[in-house]
Amino acid sequence: MTLVIVIVIVAVVLLASGGLVVSTRARHRGRALPESGASQVGSTKAPPAPLEPPPAPPRPSAAVLSTTKEPPASIAPSEPGPLAPEEPLVRPALRDRLGRARGLLAGYLEGVRGRKGIDEATFEQLEEALILADVGITTTTRILDDLRAKVHTGSVAASDPAALLQALQSDLVSMFEGDVETLSYGDGDGPTVWLFVGVNGVGKTTTIGKLALQEGREGRSVVLAAGDTFRAAAGEQLESWAERAGARIVRGSDGADPSSVIFDAVQHAASRGADLVLADTAGRLHTKVNLMDELRKVRRVAERPPGQLTEVLLVLDATTGQNGVVQARQFTQAVGVTGIVLTKLDGTAKGGVVLAIRSELGLPIKLVGVGEGPADLVPFDPVEFVGALFG
Amino acid sequence: MFDTLTDRFDAILTRLRGRGRLGDAEVSEVLREIRVALLEADVNLGVAQDLIERIRLRCTGAELAKYLTPAQQVIKVVNEELTATLGGEALKITYASKPPTVVLLAGLQGSGKTTASAKLAQWFRQQGRHPYLIGADLQRPAAVEQLRVLGAEIGVGVFSEPTDPVSVARSGLAESERLGRDVVIVDTAGRLAIDRELMDEVRRVSAAVHPDYTFFVVDAMTGQDAVQTAEAFHHTLQLDGIILTKVDGDARGGAALSVKQVVGRPIAFLSTGERIADFEIFHPDRLASRILGMGDVLSLIEKAEREYDEGVAGQAMDRLISGRFTLDDFLDQLRQIKKMGPLTGLLSMMPGIPKEMRDAKVDERDVGKVEAIICSMTPVERADPSVLDGSRRLRVAHGSGTSTTEVNNLLRQFKEMQKMMRGVGPMAKLAGAGRPSNKAKSAKGNRKKVKGGRVTPSTKGLGPPR
Repeated sequence: MTLVIVIVIVAVVLLASGGLVVSTRARHRGRALPESGASQVGSTKAPPAPLEPPPAPPRPSAAVLSTTKEPPASIAPSEPGPLAPEEPLVRPALRDRLGRARGLLAGYLEGVRGRKGIDEATFEQLEEALILADVGITTTTRILDDLRAKVHTGSVAASDPAALLQALQSDLVSMFEGDVETLSYGDGDGPTVWLFVGVNGVGKTTTIGKLALQEGREGRSVVLAAGDTFRAAAGEQLESWAERAGARIVRGSDGADPSSVIFDAVQHAASRGADLVLADTAGRLHTKVNLMDELRKVRRVAERPPGQLTEVLLVLDATTGQNGVVQARQFTQAVGVTGIVLTKLDGTAKGGVVLAIRSELGLPIKLVGVGEGPADLVPFDPVEFVGALFG
Repeated sequence: MFDTLTDRFDAILTRLRGRGRLGDAEVSEVLREIRVALLEADVNLGVAQDLIERIRLRCTGAELAKYLTPAQQVIKVVNEELTATLGGEALKITYASKPPTVVLLAGLQGSGKTTASAKLAQWFRQQGRHPYLIGADLQRPAAVEQLRVLGAEIGVGVFSEPTDPVSVARSGLAESERLGRDVVIVDTAGRLAIDRELMDEVRRVSAAVHPDYTFFVVDAMTGQDAVQTAEAFHHTLQLDGIILTKVDGDARGGAALSVKQVVGRPIAFLSTGERIADFEIFHPDRLASRILGMGDVLSLIEKAEREYDEGVAGQAMDRLISGRFTLDDFLDQLRQIKKMGPLTGLLSMMPGIPKEMRDAKVDERDVGKVEAIICSMTPVERADPSVLDGSRRLRVAHGSGTSTTEVNNLLRQFKEMQKMMRGVGPMAKLAGAGRPSNKAKSAKGNRKKVKGGRVTPSTKGLGPPR
């Protein structure tokens, strides 16, 4: 037991020494960072970060710089070219893919449709359906209160459950109204930069791989920045996508500062006149203060000219429950998320949490991942998405 | 994880505390709130409803004990039902009589199978086994590479070849027998439960290696879908247990409750962080207590035993009580604790720690600063901080790269603690009662409870001290 006491005491001293606790500057992950002092090129190349407190402007590490200088070592030499014929890039209709997972809610909604009129039990059934789709109790309650009001005022006839479903469906679709669902490109000279963030295992690297292929197909030259220097073999994973997409890739050594990798990628893209940099980052739980600080720095570096940071995309796994709202909030606070990529929507999960995110934070959903193939990343379509919820 | 659920229950149950009797209306109200709390925590709708019904029956039924207050009764019932839902006891691994013991991991994409495989291998090694890893995820680019890197990090061999998952598994098993390994862990590709082809493939992998344990790896942040997916995997593979990953986030862990309930297999392990050592066997009873705000003393003690030098701690305790606790001792303790992992994680496991303290972000850099400050002092100063006058303090601040304010803060805090300990030292030995009145003292009050042997949850004095 003694040690419990001792821990508490140490904790108390630490916590109570007020001034010490306030500062929460970037802690880095367990691995040691390569020393950046050695790189004199870096210091001339990198302007001091405007938002950074005076010391330590993020500089590319020596290791990273040396690899960028030798293109064959780290940059896939293949130029964007036509894809192999066995990889036709036909985008699937969202409905077809989502159709695989019908059934769960269909029963509920059939139940509602089959009722004679609208009563409290109808609303209970709808509530259950929405909760099972991960819409969350708060948003569900809000949506149903609106519906109740409609029935109350007579704009939906109390005897017509089908009309109620119709109203619900259009309410949900209208939640996405006014969204810009397309990805935006910079209009200046430098390369456009899209930054991908999210918790572990949501599919950031895969999303980037698919997108690299699609953007390459549309004639843009793409550079991938392997900013996940933490997870074992994340760089290799991205590299195999780069090969497949015929995109260039800039990698750092394992454990290197992700900002420096992204900085190098942008520089590289600018010098080659590339159009687009897709910047990967390591998955991180939004509760890890130090890692979120690291991400803030990544963003600051990514938006430096000549790069034009136009999108910060939060990748979200469709199986995520209500924690998705917390994730969206935290990542938005930290790095100003501009849109959501909802992945793995081809499973049984409905991804209803985006409705909660939409209603609480107003973030647009930009892309939807519906399969393993490179074409299986499609623009978000509210009508199809909501239609699939009602599957 | 589970903290927000804890807070919710806390709030609900606090309101019950002042009440004399609970009528049906009050019980209904409380149950409604518990339902919302459960659903917000992603507990599956069906599971939540069952749980609520069981609690309702017991709260309104004849079962209520006379000697407990209504609040205590509800807490007791909720605690028992949560524990029951989470499963009674921790999983005990029984090793195959004819080695190797084969463990198969399966789950959705991105649930953390590869990382969990490596962590599990490390865990088996700590149990004195000789694990071997088979990388049968040939789907995701560089998945095998990831496993190899992790395997190299923990010194466990990894087998894979670019053929097909079934033959990789089969040859890997043969190879492990040749090498005389006694535990084999098979990592498989992530797959959707509705992907018939891939589900069939994993079934064939399973048939090829005859696993002794098949674990379903599931992300703690999963929503309502967890149940469906788990059922599908259970149907295909006959699961033996669940590995819950990414538990170090702030998801409320409803998936854990639901999957356990629906599949009827225990949650075997929790993956609690990014380090390979952040992996522990799951104790349902302790978790339920944690959900109810009672801390997880047992896990803490186990963690401590693994990494803490008991002799040093005991010595420190003696000095502490006798009032001879110097900054040097403090430094020793600090370093010991640092070995055990982030302080924030440790705090969350303690019972009765006030919320603001549990939530406080202790920056590891601050720990470093405190270390630096103490290290910048002379032995004389460390033994007797009162000799530190203005000029010495300035020197220490310069030496440690901090400011005099920070040095002053540390010294003041240290002095307070010394004073406090001198006051309660003798009492602490007798596990006497003390009135908690501030942060520091409530921590102290908590210690007494621990001393008094309050390790398993009893019905008296549940919940955090107010």
